[in-house]
Amino acid sequence: MTNKELKLKSVLLRKNILKYIYKAKAGHTGGSLSCLDILNVLYNRVLNVDPNDFKNLNRDRYIQSKGHCVEALFVTLADRGFFPESDLETLCQYQSHYIGHPTKKVNGVEQNTGALGHGLPICVGEAIAAKLDNKTHRVFTLLGDGELPEGSNWEAFLAASHYKLDNLYAILDYNKQQITGNNSEVMNTDSVRQKLESFGWAVKEVDGHNLEALEEALNSGPLEVGKPSFIIAHTIKGKGVSYMEGNIKWHHGVPTPEQYELALSELNQVESSL
Amino acid sequence: MKTYTYTEKKDTRSGFGAGLAELGRTNPNVVALCADLIGSLKMEKFIEENPERFFQIGIAEANMMGIAAGLTIGGKIPFTGTFANFSTGRVYDQIRQSIAYSDKNVKICASHAGLTLGEDGATHQILEDIGLMKMLPGMTVINTCDYNQTKAATIAIAAHHGPVYLRFGRPVVPIFTPEDQKFEIGKAVMLTEGTDVTIVATGHLVWEALEASKVLFEKGISAEVINIHTIKPLDEEAILKSVAKTGCVVTAEEHNYLGGLGESVARVLALNNPTPQEFVATNDTFGESGTPAQLMNKYGLNSAAIVEKSLSVIKRK
Repeated sequence: MTNKELKLKSVLLRKNILKYIYKAKAGHTGGSLSCLDILNVLYNRVLNVDPNDFKNLNRDRYIQSKGHCVEALFVTLADRGFFPESDLETLCQYQSHYIGHPTKKVNGVEQNTGALGHGLPICVGEAIAAKLDNKTHRVFTLLGDGELPEGSNWEAFLAASHYKLDNLYAILDYNKQQITGNNSEVMNTDSVRQKLESFGWAVKEVDGHNLEALEEALNSGPLEVGKPSFIIAHTIKGKGVSYMEGNIKWHHGVPTPEQYELALSELNQVESSL
Repeated sequence: MKTYTYTEKKDTRSGFGAGLAELGRTNPNVVALCADLIGSLKMEKFIEENPERFFQIGIAEANMMGIAAGLTIGGKIPFTGTFANFSTGRVYDQIRQSIAYSDKNVKICASHAGLTLGEDGATHQILEDIGLMKMLPGMTVINTCDYNQTKAATIAIAAHHGPVYLRFGRPVVPIFTPEDQKFEIGKAVMLTEGTDVTIVATGHLVWEALEASKVLFEKGISAEVINIHTIKPLDEEAILKSVAKTGCVVTAEEHNYLGGLGESVARVLALNNPTPQEFVATNDTFGESGTPAQLMNKYGLNSAAIVEKSLSVIKRK
């Protein structure tokens, strides 16, 4: 896949996020648009996972700690061939496996998540297990900035560094907003870089919507041998739809028919300009 | 009446330590984690023999549960060790989402359960843990009665796929079950057969139930004592078979009556064979400092309490 095709895929997947949230009349719109580029790069350039052999013990692991942005994960997995995209017609409906948070009932989902602050400790366990078995696969998690105040993350930051887990990569979807407002007002998470460095992690900051920059950060091995890697991906909540960008009401917002059409036309314009 | 004697007393946590050490020698997938209570959980032998398979997590129990969940994904069988309070209430959401809901093969091994923790007092004396754990779908809940049974249970749960809560304690208690016992999860153990009252006991209260049955025998009452080491899944058949004979039951546990073994037994009886029941359990209270014997006496968790409840329940038949 060329870089241009990867960029086109980001647009297509954003349209799919909106399509299925619009149909389900539910979903985490702003956060899913925020982390979509990260997922696109992970599943199409970084992770060694096979849709037809997902349980392979040598696969790379990805656990989405910010489980509420499941729409971004589902559309990416469907596109990658883990299940037919048409399955998402049932998103969030009664008796559907495609519920509002990641579940292992869906092919390609590594772990049930939803309550925040769970993903990183599990990844620490997976990374320890990989080292114990001399396996070379890598372990990735995607953290939301709103979940950073969960104490379990900081327990895991300590443990990952203590056990020198350089096979572990935590990516922060740093859009600086959460359900109530800006991180800085809800609970200040400024100086994340310094905090993580002082916890013994190697840290890199990237533009979380620059696919090449994300790929380089995630694919060039640990940022530092002997340390876990922390990628601060600076993102924009609602990225790709002008009226959603940076507007907190789209955390959990569902577009009206007019808003949906407007969003699609904006994304179509981006698509044709590529 | 079949009677039981003992030649030695030991703490059940040492049974856990011995079982874990044996697993270290026999099952390469077993790994152990601890939140800074290695000595209290008697994990030293496993660590000495398998340093590469032990992970000290520090005082960060939530993280320990998450890491344990992650370790299972590659096929490891993690045993976590800390006090019962910190194994359950402290980390309920981690167990609920990352372990139980995710069907992770984690063995949550909890020492210092109940009042018999002793001097440290209420903060550490959890009396709600059985309830917390049995409410979780898919969780197996075991509370063992002596050193030998705890060792056997520790070994047995490694061969069972799925999350398990294994509860044991700190005080030294008589060793009266066989060293070579086969521990069957979910299978009650008939200790003494009787016809007048069924005593269903778990954990440290099993020995007290046997002591009570001797006193009752002297009063001309024939008590049937059943050791329910597994609270979930409950051996309903054994309970129903016994009460069909005796017509009344006393349940005995070192736990709040709310959420404990007694309520599980009451449900089985209500559905199948409504039967008079009395509860030997704590009465919706926190604990306090004291020796195990002082506390078990004050809170009515000993053979005398079981005798008293047995006499009461027989009158209700």
